[in-house]
Amino acid sequence: MEAGRSPNIEILSNADFLGLDGKAGDFTAKVRLRPRYIDADKCTACGLCTTYCPRHLVDEYNEGLAITRPIHIDYPQAVPATYFIDPKACMHLQHGTCKICVPVCRSHAINFDQQPEERELKVGAVIMSPGFGRVPEEALTKYSYGAHPDVVTSLEFERLLNPSGPFKGEVRCLSDKRHPHRIAFIQCVGSRDLGCNNGYCSSVCCMYAIKEAMVAKEHDPECEITIYYMDMRTQGKDFDAAQKRAEEQFGIKFVRAKVADVMPWDKQLKLTYATLDGSHYFEGYDMVVLSVGLDAPADAKNLAKIADFELNRYDFCKTSTFAPLTTSHDGVLVAGAFQGPKDIPESVTQSSAAAGLASALLKAQRGKGVITKSYPAEQEVKADDEVRIGVFVCHCGINIAGVVDVAKVANYAGDMENVTYYAESLYSCSQDAQEVIKQRIKEHKLNRVVVAACSPRTHEPLFQETMKDAGLNRSLFEMVNIRDHCSWVHANEPAAATTKSMDLVRMGVAKARNIRPLPEQNVPCTAKAMVVGGGIAGMNAALNLADQGFQTYLVEKSDKLGGHLLEQHYTLQGDDTPALLKGVIDRVKKNKLIEVFTSAELTAVNGFVGNFTSIITSGSGKSQKEASVDHGVIIIATGGKEHRPETVLGAKLPASKKIVTQQELESQLAGKAKNRAPKSLVMIQCAGSRGDDLAYCSKVCCNNAVKNALKVKEIDPAAQVVVLYREMRTYGYAEDAYREAREKGVIFIPYTMERKPAINAKGAKLEVSFHDPILREEVTIAPDQIALSVGMVPVDTDALSKVLKVPVNENKFYLEAHVKLRPVELPVAGVYVCGLAHSPKPVDEVVVQAQAAAAKAAIPLVKGYVSVEPTVSNVNQDTCIGCGLCESLCPYQAIKIHKVDNKRKAETIVASCKGCGICASHCPTFAISMGGFTDEQISAQIKAFGELQEETV
Amino acid sequence: MGQANDKRLGSVMVVGGGVAGVQAALDLTELGYYVYLVEKSAAIGGAMAQLDKTFPTNDCSL
Repeated sequence: MEAGRSPNIEILSNADFLGLDGKAGDFTAKVRLRPRYIDADKCTACGLCTTYCPRHLVDEYNEGLAITRPIHIDYPQAVPATYFIDPKACMHLQHGTCKICVPVCRSHAINFDQQPEERELKVGAVIMSPGFGRVPEEALTKYSYGAHPDVVTSLEFERLLNPSGPFKGEVRCLSDKRHPHRIAFIQCVGSRDLGCNNGYCSSVCCMYAIKEAMVAKEHDPECEITIYYMDMRTQGKDFDAAQKRAEEQFGIKFVRAKVADVMPWDKQLKLTYATLDGSHYFEGYDMVVLSVGLDAPADAKNLAKIADFELNRYDFCKTSTFAPLTTSHDGVLVAGAFQGPKDIPESVTQSSAAAGLASALLKAQRGKGVITKSYPAEQEVKADDEVRIGVFVCHCGINIAGVVDVAKVANYAGDMENVTYYAESLYSCSQDAQEVIKQRIKEHKLNRVVVAACSPRTHEPLFQETMKDAGLNRSLFEMVNIRDHCSWVHANEPAAATTKSMDLVRMGVAKARNIRPLPEQNVPCTAKAMVVGGGIAGMNAALNLADQGFQTYLVEKSDKLGGHLLEQHYTLQGDDTPALLKGVIDRVKKNKLIEVFTSAELTAVNGFVGNFTSIITSGSGKSQKEASVDHGVIIIATGGKEHRPETVLGAKLPASKKIVTQQELESQLAGKAKNRAPKSLVMIQCAGSRGDDLAYCSKVCCNNAVKNALKVKEIDPAAQVVVLYREMRTYGYAEDAYREAREKGVIFIPYTMERKPAINAKGAKLEVSFHDPILREEVTIAPDQIALSVGMVPVDTDALSKVLKVPVNENKFYLEAHVKLRPVELPVAGVYVCGLAHSPKPVDEVVVQAQAAAAKAAIPLVKGYVSVEPTVSNVNQDTCIGCGLCESLCPYQAIKIHKVDNKRKAETIVASCKGCGICASHCPTFAISMGGFTDEQISAQIKAFGELQEETV
Repeated sequence: MGQANDKRLGSVMVVGGGVAGVQAALDLTELGYYVYLVEKSAAIGGAMAQLDKTFPTNDCSL
C-alpha cells in the first residue's frame, strides 16, 4: 500500500490512542507505542525467525483457521513490513526462556529490551476511522457455531477462499477436510436482530455473500449454493445486476426464508427454515456460512471517552444527516464503518470527504509541516553514451528462490552484452537493498537498471525512487516479473520456471538497451474550481472548496439554489429539511469565494485539467449574457429527479388524481389541510423500477415510503397503510424506522414480478389487487389514495456529458473511474462527480460524496500544478497525417487535432494522458510512440525472446 | 526524516489504519498536511486486507 512510502505519513502501528487535550486546530494527542521486540530498521522480513520459533499461536489474521508462531508477520504484503513478537505467547516474554530467534536473525533485529514508548503529538484535527467490530457470540451460537466445525462465519469463509488462506484457496470442511458439495449462507446474522441488540441492517452482507458464493462456484462449479435471506438488499449502483448474474449465470439459489436452527445431522448439518407462508422445511448441507453483520468496534466507548464525542444507540459514532462526518466534538471527524456499517467505496468516499473537511479546518497551517523530498541533480544520459546495465535478481525470501534457481538467472544475465554489473538480492525491495543499488550505480557508473523480482504494479515506484536518489532519470529503470510469471504460476516445474526467468531477463535487458530518459513534466493549474449544479451536492462541494480557500464558480440551471431537495419537507431521521437547506443556501450566498450563477448553463468547456476555460450562459432572450471563466477542475453535481414511468407493474396507469408519487404525498402530508392524511393508503414499491420501467434500484424509495407511512400514522393513527414491496431496502439505521412502522400497524406485503399487483379504476373508485402470501389468496382493496415509489433519474446528463466528453452508463448516470477506489473521479482528468448525477442515494450520502469530490478536486488546486507520468504518448509531427483516428479513440480526451501551418496534426495533452497506448496502436503511419514502450523497445524485446538459449533447446 | 518531531504545524491524526484511515491519510498528504496514522495492530490494512475479492467486480483487494 502506498501509505508506507509517503514521507508525510508516519505510521504508528502497534499503538494505542490514550488521550486528547486542547481544541480544534490545536490538539495534543497522547499515543503509546507497544514494543514489537524487533528493530524495524533492521528487519528484512525474511521469515527465518518464524520457522525457528518453537511455540504455536492461533493465527488471528486467518480468523483462527491456521496456526502461526508468536514471532510472525500477518501477510507478506503487510505495511510496515516488519515482523513482530506477540508478547502473550512468546516463551521468552512469558517465562524468560527460549530466545532462539535472537541468534537466528541474520540482521540482529531482535531486541527484547524494547519498552513501551509514549508520545505527545500536536495535531490540528483528528479523524476517527477505527472500523467495525464483531457481532456478539450468541448471534452465532444459535446456529451451532462453535459446536460444529462446519458452521463458519463469512469472514472465515473469506479466508478459506483466499489463496493465502489456510487451505491455499481450496474450500474444505474443517471437520474432515472434504470438499463441501452443498453450502448454505444464512443472512442477517447479528443484524436486524433485536436478540443481540443490533436492530440495524449492516448494509454489506448481501453483497459479500453473493461475492463469496460466486467465488466458491468458480472454485468448484459442481457445488450447490443456497442463500437464505429476508430481503436482498443490493441497492447500490449496479448491485442488482450482480445478483442477477449470481442467480442466472452461476446458478446460485436464493430462498426467502427465516432460518430457525442448524443442527448436526450425521456427517452433515440440518438447516430448518420457515418460508413467508409459514411452512417449515429442512435441508442437509456440508457447510453453513453465517453472514455476520458489522458491529461497533469493541473499543468504541473508550474512544468516545478519550476523544470526547457522542455515540449513537448502537455504539457507532453519532452524526447528523446534513453533517454526516462531524462528531459532537469540534475538530474530531469520523470516516468509514465507525460512522455506520458501510462498504468499501462508501468508506473510501467518507475518508476523502473527512480529509477535505480537516483541510478546510486547518487551512492556515497547510503545507507548514510537510516534508518535501529533495533529489540530487539528474545525471545526463545521452543517446550515444555507452549503455551500462545493472541487473539485480531477487530471491524474495523463498517466494522466488524456492522455485527459480536465482544464481543461475543472475549469472546468465551477467554474460549479456552491456551488462556491467549483476547481483542477487535476498529482498530487493528492502531498505538496505535500495542503499546497495544506489552504491552500485555510483561504483559501476550504471545508466540503466533492471530488477527481476515481483510485480511492477506494487514495486516499480519504489525502485524508480531509488533511481532518482542515485541521480538517474526514473525512466531508465526496467522491471521483470519473475515471481508472478515464473515462481508462482510454475511452482511445480522449477527447471522450466528458471528457463522462463532467464528468457524474461534477456528480454528485459534487450529493452533496457533501448530505453531513454523521459522528461518529468508539471502542467500549471489555475487554482479555481467550477461546480455545475446548485443542489445540496453542488452547494456542499462549493462550500468545502471555498472553505479550503479556493474561488469557486457555482452554476445553477434554475433561478434559485436548492435543487431536488426543495421538494423535501422532512427526513426519515426527523430533520427539518427546509430549514437546514436554507442554512446551506445562506452560507453559499454569504461566502465571498463562491460566485453563483443562476438561470445559467455551462455551454462550452475547452482545455484540460488545470487549464479549463468555460462559457457560462445565463438569462434568456435579450438579457442573455455570456461569461468566460478559467478554472482548474470541474465538479458535476447536476442532480436527479423523481421518475415518471411510462408503465407501472407492466401496465399503463389509469388516469386518476388519487394516484400520487411519494414526493407528492410528502408535500400533501407536510401541508396544512385537515384531511391531508388519507384514511386508507396503498404504497407500491419499485413502481417502474428494477426492471419494470427503469432497470435499476433507486436506493431511496423504501426509506421514503417508510418515512411517509410513519407520517400518515402520526397524523392519523387509525389510518390503514399497506405497503406492497419486492424487498424492503431500509439499510443501515433506517431498519429501525421500518420496524417502528410495523409496530405502528403499517402492513408490509411482499410481491414478486411473477405475481405482481394490479391497479384498476372503476369509475372514480380505485382498486388494487394483489396476492397475499400469508393468506395464500388474491386480495382486492379500494384505498383512498395510492402512492407510487417511482424511482430517481439523473437530469440532463446527455447534454453535459457530450460537452465534457465523459462517459455515462446505460442508465445515464456518470461512470466513475474506479467503482471501489476512485468513486468520485471521472476518466477525464480534472472532472469529478457527486450526488444524484452519480447514482440515486439519500441526502447524507450525497453530502459526503460532494465533500469527497471537493477534497479530490482540491488536490491539483493545492499543488498549483498537475504532475504528468513520463509514460505518455508522443506524436511525431512529421509523420502524422492528421486523420483524427487517435482523437476519436482516446477514452480520456487526451489527444487533439489542431492546425499547424494549415495542416491537421495530432497533439497529446500530457496532463490528461494515462499512457494506455490505444492511440499508438491504431495510428496508421506509426507516428505515435509511447514513452517507455516505443516500437523500438518492444521489437527489441520480441527479438530477444526469439534468441533461444542453446542449453535449453 | 523528522521522526522525533511531534510538534509539526498542519498535522492531522488518523485513528485506525483500515482502508478508510489509509485513504484519509493519503488524501491529507496530497492536500498539504502531515499525518500520524495510529493503528492498534501490527500492520495497517484492516479488514480489507483479509478479503480475497471485492463485490461486484471481483477485483483483488490487496
